[in-house]
Amino acid sequence: MHLPDGFLSNGVSAPLIGAAAAVGVAAISKVRSAFLKQVPVLKQKLATFPNVGGGVESSTQFVLTKVGKEHLWRMASVGAFIFAAQMVNFKVMDGVSGHLLGGVLAALILGPWAGFIIMTAVLTVQALMFGDGGIIALGANIVNMGVIACIGGWYAFRWLYVKTGKRKKFFLILAAFVAWVSVVAASAGASIELIVSGTASLSAILPDMIGTHALIGVGEGLITFGLLVLLLHKQERIAAMAYDEEDYDDQDMG
Amino acid sequence: MPRWHMMKKTMTTKTWVSLLVVSLLIGGGLSLTASSSPDGLEHVAGTHGFFGSAVSYLTGVIPDYALPGVDNTYLATALAGVVGTAMVFGTLYILGVLLFPRRQAGQK
Repeated sequence: MHLPDGFLSNGVSAPLIGAAAAVGVAAISKVRSAFLKQVPVLKQKLATFPNVGGGVESSTQFVLTKVGKEHLWRMASVGAFIFAAQMVNFKVMDGVSGHLLGGVLAALILGPWAGFIIMTAVLTVQALMFGDGGIIALGANIVNMGVIACIGGWYAFRWLYVKTGKRKKFFLILAAFVAWVSVVAASAGASIELIVSGTASLSAILPDMIGTHALIGVGEGLITFGLLVLLLHKQERIAAMAYDEEDYDDQDMG
Repeated sequence: MPRWHMMKKTMTTKTWVSLLVVSLLIGGGLSLTASSSPDGLEHVAGTHGFFGSAVSYLTGVIPDYALPGVDNTYLATALAGVVGTAMVFGTLYILGVLLFPRRQAGQK
């Protein structure tokens, strides 16, 4: 799934780099606002005469919530897991292998924006340190695996979860299904980029890409299912599930 | 928007430390069992004859997931896996520390 350099034309790679950067800025701002809270700061000032509003000055500053530190751990550990799991290629048929993508996994555990940051970090380390995935194609890879699979996967999951009545017994099944869909969707995204680049023709590549990744997606679904089972067993709150809880919006923080 | 600072009241990083340890084990152990067949995209590129158009502008510090300078191929892969996993962890942790001021409420 990691597009190397040379497959895509510059006319396709360049806007995708821009798109990846734009989503990155949005993601950082979203995550930052969830991480921190704005607190009023009272400053003692000298009282003046005539009184120009002295005495106490009020302003606000952002502080890291207590729980914020744990979220550093969550994001970093989930990222580490996705990198490691992506190394383990599994056989899907003779002469073809596939590996975890992890987009839906990251989104469901930490929300779409933190998930996107995780995917971007994984893909960037792979491209810069391991030569896995091209450097000019990094934008395309981030769009396929970060935007389509991760952010798209989150909204697809939420839509389906709400449609099916938010039943917890469907949670894991839906998660696995959306994980499968995300791999197929990401491969369709990569196919379209290849077609627009003029590398391959539509009729030739699209059925093959989707067919192969429909098999790889089964592995994605199983791994996503497995890790979510473990985390729920440990009673860790999963963003996709905590989103619906009544106390989710309370002010118990900092 | 999930506001994850509100997600859990009793905090523990235990699970997440375990996940990091498991990840290191996967990167340094299970990765040795990885299939060396081409992945989905490479396979499709091969059957449609554009695999050869791939170019490599940057081979990276650890090309092909094998730590350079290590003769034993299994050890080279295992070390590359551990280094890479630790590197992603470190990148995200440092990114978090840099992005979010480490000041607690109450302090000025």
